[in-house]
Amino acid sequence: MSAYLQLRGISKQFGSFTALSDINLDIHQGEFVCFLGPSGCGKTTLLRIVAGLEAQSAGSIAQAERDISRLPPAQRDYGIVFQSYALFPNLSVADNVAYGLVNRKVSKPQIRSRVEELLKLVGLPGSADKFPAQLSGGQQQRIALARALATSPGLLLLDEPLSALDAIVRVHLRQEIRSLQRKLGVTTIMVTHDQEEALSVADRIVVMNHGVIEQVGTPLEVYRHPASPFVADFVGRINVLPATAVAHNRIRIGAAEFECEHALSNGQAGKVYLRPEDVLARPLSPDDNNVFDAQVEKIEFLGSYCLVRAASPALGEHRVTVSMSLNFIGEQRLEVGARLPLRLLPERMRLFH
Amino acid sequence: MKTAQAVATAPVAGLQPTASDRVAQGVLAVVALLLLVFLAAPLLAIGVKAVQDADGAFVGWHNFVAYAQTPALMTSLWNSLWVSALVTLITVPTAFLFAYALARSCMPLKPLFRGITLIPLLGPSLLSAISLIYWFGNQGVLKEALTWVGIESIYGAAGIVMAEIFAVFPHALMILVTALSASDARLYEAADAMGTSAARKFFTITLPGAKYGLISASLVVFTLVITDFGIPKVIGGNFNVLATDVFKLVIGQQDFQRGAVVALLLLAPAVLTFAVDHLVQRKQMAMLSARAVPLRPRPDAGFDTAMTLWCSAVALLMLAMLGMAIFASFASFWPYNLSPSWRHYTMGLFDAEVGEGFVNSLKMALGTAVLGTALVFLGAYLMEKTPVSPAMRSTVRLLAMLPMAVPGLVLGLGYIFFFIEPSNPLHGLYHTMTLLTLCTIVHFYTTGHLTAVTALKALDSEFEAVSASLKVPFWTTLRRVTLPICTPALLDIARYFFVNAMTTISAVVFLYSPETKVASIAILNLDEAGEIGAAAACAVMIAAASAVATSVFWLISRLIERKTQAWKHQ
Repeated sequence: MSAYLQLRGISKQFGSFTALSDINLDIHQGEFVCFLGPSGCGKTTLLRIVAGLEAQSAGSIAQAERDISRLPPAQRDYGIVFQSYALFPNLSVADNVAYGLVNRKVSKPQIRSRVEELLKLVGLPGSADKFPAQLSGGQQQRIALARALATSPGLLLLDEPLSALDAIVRVHLRQEIRSLQRKLGVTTIMVTHDQEEALSVADRIVVMNHGVIEQVGTPLEVYRHPASPFVADFVGRINVLPATAVAHNRIRIGAAEFECEHALSNGQAGKVYLRPEDVLARPLSPDDNNVFDAQVEKIEFLGSYCLVRAASPALGEHRVTVSMSLNFIGEQRLEVGARLPLRLLPERMRLFH
Repeated sequence: MKTAQAVATAPVAGLQPTASDRVAQGVLAVVALLLLVFLAAPLLAIGVKAVQDADGAFVGWHNFVAYAQTPALMTSLWNSLWVSALVTLITVPTAFLFAYALARSCMPLKPLFRGITLIPLLGPSLLSAISLIYWFGNQGVLKEALTWVGIESIYGAAGIVMAEIFAVFPHALMILVTALSASDARLYEAADAMGTSAARKFFTITLPGAKYGLISASLVVFTLVITDFGIPKVIGGNFNVLATDVFKLVIGQQDFQRGAVVALLLLAPAVLTFAVDHLVQRKQMAMLSARAVPLRPRPDAGFDTAMTLWCSAVALLMLAMLGMAIFASFASFWPYNLSPSWRHYTMGLFDAEVGEGFVNSLKMALGTAVLGTALVFLGAYLMEKTPVSPAMRSTVRLLAMLPMAVPGLVLGLGYIFFFIEPSNPLHGLYHTMTLLTLCTIVHFYTTGHLTAVTALKALDSEFEAVSASLKVPFWTTLRRVTLPICTPALLDIARYFFVNAMTTISAVVFLYSPETKVASIAILNLDEAGEIGAAAACAVMIAAASAVATSVFWLISRLIERKTQAWKHQ
């Protein structure tokens, strides 16, 4: 079966600026996909091209095996939610939600029951007669979601829907959006610059930078096996250490040699990427490899866990950041200056040129 | 992403247009066509006339050279320049101090002071000239006072300067209040923290901050004065200026060619003002960051008293102007019998057929308000919110901004040149009420357009995108969302059109016929006939009609606001 949404060779030029170049992507029926990337990476432009709010300079789009490349927004099949909510301020919540239904010659009682159903779906039953200004930001965004879903579109587009909300509301609402999406099974694309958000809700993440796709994969793939230094750096925290390959699966960092399952060819210089949690500080067995002695330089307290920066003669001038639970630090009585053995997990090290 | 936001409402070229896109493009094309025919074409006609001889043959610069060699006309040019410069030099500092009091002091009764300064906008500009005649004219109450300060007669430069100051004061004040209100309190707090003196704060923060406002106000005042026709006509005596010359050349001598040359001369300062203002406004906007904290003036007994005194003095002079016109219009027989009577009103209204003119004025004002508002809003809406081609968008934007740079006098002249040609298929409009109305709409188009654009830009730019995704055509969103939200702005535009149509003289003075004479023109004719009492009565009636209309618009907007803007207050 071919993918529900197929993007082929999409490019977009704004004058001499290339916003997108040669984007190819398949999105399957019922999938929740996040476009993730820094400001200016082209993720919003790509979403707007899917929506027909922007026209691609080259390339084609097919939705449900229908070529929609040149169709205006009104002839495509999607609902959209913007960061600004874009609720009509002079219309009641019910009128906002029913906005797209009224135009479809649906009977009044049908509209009313559909609006009630949708408001219940987004967790705001009984708010039909209120005006948007009477609702909190999170509530307004739920209404915008209900409005987008009212016409049962085949595709739901979310343009940074949570960016304008408070941190707590944001975390709460993203899970609700996710479970709503599961329940309805609607194919969804969400644009976000927040990697945590993308990791927590997406089936697949499309990491973008400078108008190209850097990697497409499940959250775990993107996190564990970043396809490029950019992805490694952008998604989650990571240690970057210069290294030289000395033999197959052996690299030198600073003064010491380490085993590494991800190989460079012999003699080549590159960089090792390793997550803070993949540097182990737990009591280690004597036959473990990649172990070295280190000294705590700095402890950054981040709530339930801490990031500990450690130095070691083995690493030369380089420092390594280790993630440790608060409990572990308490048990070990770690403080600045304390000494401890560390182990670099060979299977988690990623090497890039 | 920034780029994508900036073009949020840009047309999506390369997608198949829908029926609603075609409607939007079609309607906007009609708006553009109207502006081309009733703005661009008449202006072009002036340019053409200026390089032709009386028979229509091309003569190059001949008319300009001939004009430059006419000593009398060169005198007028010099007179126009120095009078306009003098008015600017007096008005701008006066208005600046007044604006400073409004924006930066804790003076009491600010709304009252602000309201009084708006009085000159209600009447035709020559109302102040008529008042001055009663104060300082040959039979004026304070005629002697004039000689004490060394002015021989009010008829001439002195009268023009004094009357113009009153007429243009509100325009300068509005610009300067805006400039002084847009200030960041943090700058002053930072200066205070560093122990800066009041004078140093004024010269390093306040003045630089208001710099662009001052430039803008100066240019606007200069342009308004140099292109004003009514005041020099009434109180100028034998003191000739460019604006009165144009009238004499075109209406008196039917010398269209030299009239066109003078019109182009008058266009120059206006175009310059327009260009500089455009540059300045961009900078002014960039100056105030989104994080600025508005300045709240703190009470200071000495400073507030001084400011109150200053504003009271200016306000009293304003009231004296209007008051004298009202008083004199009711005086039975100035200066011998001052007992009140309706004589001038009945005489003006019935004997001199001003009544008819007054009805014409009301018709024209209503037509301008209704048609003008519809045209302006439709144009602005389609330009801002619907997918039209970039070329069409910039064409309409340019045409909408152009009237700001065209003095009414020049526009009226262009209309004569363009519509008087029997070969023009629109020649039938010449001398009709329709043409007067259209000319007035075009004359005041820019301010209405800017008001509409500001109101539209305040709306979420994604409304149209959401509507499109819900498959709702643009006119549904226009009717259900955009129009209701923009109602206050629409009323504001309509009121602006109405009041200006009631008071305008400069454009329509070239276009009326005996059947379509409007009240503001009737004042000129009455004054010419020596019936200054009736002229005063007529000017007062116009001011009264404008005041009533303003109140009515205010009431309507209150009523409608309660209905359509309910969402704001809940």
